[in-house]
Amino acid sequence: MTAAPLVRLAGVDKRFGAVRALAGVDLSVDTGACLGLVGHNGAGKSTLMAILAGVLAADHGEMHVAGQDVTHGHAVTQAHRLGLRCVFQELSLCPNLTVAENTRVLHRALDGWGWRRRAAALIRDRLDTIFPGHGIDPDDVTGDLSIGRRQMVEIARAFTVTDTPVRLVILDEPTSSLDAVVAGHLLAFVRRFVADGGSVILISHLLGEVLDTADRIVVMRDGRVVADRLATAFDRGRLVEAMGSVADDDVDGAAAAAAATPATGDRSMGGTPVVRAHPAGAGIGGLTLEAWQGEIVGLAGLGGHGQTAMLVRLFEAARHPGVVNAGAMVRLPAAFVAGDRQSDGVFPLWSIARNISIRSLSQLLWRGLIVRRAETELAETWRTRIGIRTPSVDHPILSLSGGNQQKALFARALASDAGVLLMDDPMRGVDVGTKQEVYGMLRAEAAKGRTIIWYTTEMDELKHCDHVYVFRAGAIVADLTRAAMTEDAVLHASFEARAA
Amino acid sequence: MTGSRPASALGRLALQPWLWAWLGALAVWLATIAFTRGQGAGEVLTAAFTFGTFFVIVAIGQMFVVTLGPGNVDLSIPATMTLAGTVAMKLMDGDNGMLAVGLLAALGCGLAVGVFNYGLIRLLAIPPIIATLSSSFLVQSTAIWTNRGLRIKPPSALADFATAKLGGLPALALCVIALAGVMHIVLTRTPYGRAVIAVGQNPRAARFAGVDVDRTRFVTYVQAALFAALCGFCLAGFSGGAALNMGEEYLLSSIAVVVIGGTSVAGGFANVPGLWGAALFLFLLVTMLNTFGLGAGIRLILTGLIIIAVIVIAGSSSRKREG
Repeated sequence: MTAAPLVRLAGVDKRFGAVRALAGVDLSVDTGACLGLVGHNGAGKSTLMAILAGVLAADHGEMHVAGQDVTHGHAVTQAHRLGLRCVFQELSLCPNLTVAENTRVLHRALDGWGWRRRAAALIRDRLDTIFPGHGIDPDDVTGDLSIGRRQMVEIARAFTVTDTPVRLVILDEPTSSLDAVVAGHLLAFVRRFVADGGSVILISHLLGEVLDTADRIVVMRDGRVVADRLATAFDRGRLVEAMGSVADDDVDGAAAAAAATPATGDRSMGGTPVVRAHPAGAGIGGLTLEAWQGEIVGLAGLGGHGQTAMLVRLFEAARHPGVVNAGAMVRLPAAFVAGDRQSDGVFPLWSIARNISIRSLSQLLWRGLIVRRAETELAETWRTRIGIRTPSVDHPILSLSGGNQQKALFARALASDAGVLLMDDPMRGVDVGTKQEVYGMLRAEAAKGRTIIWYTTEMDELKHCDHVYVFRAGAIVADLTRAAMTEDAVLHASFEARAA
Repeated sequence: MTGSRPASALGRLALQPWLWAWLGALAVWLATIAFTRGQGAGEVLTAAFTFGTFFVIVAIGQMFVVTLGPGNVDLSIPATMTLAGTVAMKLMDGDNGMLAVGLLAALGCGLAVGVFNYGLIRLLAIPPIIATLSSSFLVQSTAIWTNRGLRIKPPSALADFATAKLGGLPALALCVIALAGVMHIVLTRTPYGRAVIAVGQNPRAARFAGVDVDRTRFVTYVQAALFAALCGFCLAGFSGGAALNMGEEYLLSSIAVVVIGGTSVAGGFANVPGLWGAALFLFLLVTMLNTFGLGAGIRLILTGLIIIAVIVIAGSSSRKREG
């Protein structure tokens, strides 16, 4: 860490129209070190990384990479040649190509006879090294993989080497779709990579993993760097403070608050559940999912073990409230909050307002026609309530940062008339402060009588649930009450089918 | 749809996707009357509205289909026009009293074709291009079998209405302008219109946002067939009877009008005013090249080149708007 920095940015400025995304940012990354980068949604982290990667050009400022001045004419190909690799929040794999073919996209050197075989060997080696037991075949078509596995491929691909060395890998929310075990593998690999002389920029809203993995942490707020210290100089509280978070980040406190508001429809009192479903792949064995009115029910387990499939089945069943459809019954209309927002959530050509209103059009009609003013009012209300960072809800949805797009999707569901909210790991890329606000909103919605079914890959979020069902290989293997819910119990059930 | 808000009204106008079709139509018309030194300026315009009307009717249906997203297009429009025109003319057999029955029969043909098309697409999972193309062969054969090539005259009331003029403009054109206005509202202000645009942008997201994707597609294909049937009925009334080749030029024109009008071929973005601009533009373009007295080969080449030019200009301006 005593050598000259690998990357040095000085006074970088970037504007998007009236929004100043970056205001004179200085940043340096040392060789053989992991730099943690944290900050709220829209703080400018992704913009800064896009400039470093050559995707965007800075308006002002200097850039040096590996001793070369790249202030002018920096572009993606040059960044690649200098050994910069990126894993962005919005995954960049081509869904119609196989994993091996996607590896070729990054590497011109993989040409001539047998390139497919060599590409497959290259990516398999990296996947095996970083994610042991990943279960991905290089011949798999990328679009058929779950979002967690796509993220694994994207990460492994960034670490493949052919003709140019890998010096610096930017990981933007790399663990957002990974369960705890896989995320642990990745972070351990990052430490090994750094120990061998590589550099990593790690962006994450999970402050714990940044504190554990990074050597140095940079905090950004409103397009500026507001803190830059050794990781050992921070703890969770100080990081949150530096980010300028208004919300209380005490998870246990939040969970206690959740416990203090008991579910309105108590299971012990009998009656009928709002949601009842038996996992499709489970046969007659395993447990049945039930949720009463006003409950928050968590779906846990390792990623891709049937949680999303369950949510989709519940969503389909909710089209006909009260009717049993292929073993699933939902008594009230449902709204779906997508976690994979690019493919399941966002309408890219529409404004923020239209993206929010699409689920609630029936409330905005007058004589069969949509009232534009009512639509704008609805969007404005939710922009304020959920804090979407934009000058106007008429702006395109794609003008928002990833986390803010996710907030718009939350607003879409919360604004609707749905009695059941189905959430598919929806906090990917959402910052700590917003998360706390959303948790609070979810509790309030549950208290008002909404039922929430929540698939999450984050252990902390399960603490907000009244009940947690652990999934394994498509079946429910454990039903944990709030009192019985511990990290150990969830992990134990995730790995052993007969547990609990 | 208003990404950056330009301050001036003129700036906002320049961002409208339908603007280029209208500018193109105006430019071509001015070039024509400059060549003739103003002679026949009004007549050319009347003719453009007369023939543009039929293009617009089918293009409205095609626009909704194209907006459903990549791969969605209705190639059975010409055959549906022919069948609807033929069946209606045969049924009415020149009798004014049967007018309503004939119209209903024509629309019934459209309904049947639309339901059949969507059945192929949904139940047999055939891509829309193949499904509508193959159904068009069946429909065309049915039309041939129905009247065996006889040309039956339309009832006089229908012929009179289809050729009537009100203050220089064809009565039918005025009706279709009103129809376009209604469909503009359907596209922009109703949940159905929003659903079509949502499905065209991202069908998975549309499903999860509570849109009934299947019903939206079904309604859209049926609607396209209904408009084709209506067009066949009116065109048969206008041109003195149904001919077996009456829909021929409407296959590619219906798509060209949609695209020149500023609707995205990739789906998820559409507008109605551009259809009228594009229909007038296409007719006036051919008229202009005829007026110049060019040979057939040169005419076709120029038609192609000018259409490409308009699409490129309109496309680049709409990319700026979205970016």
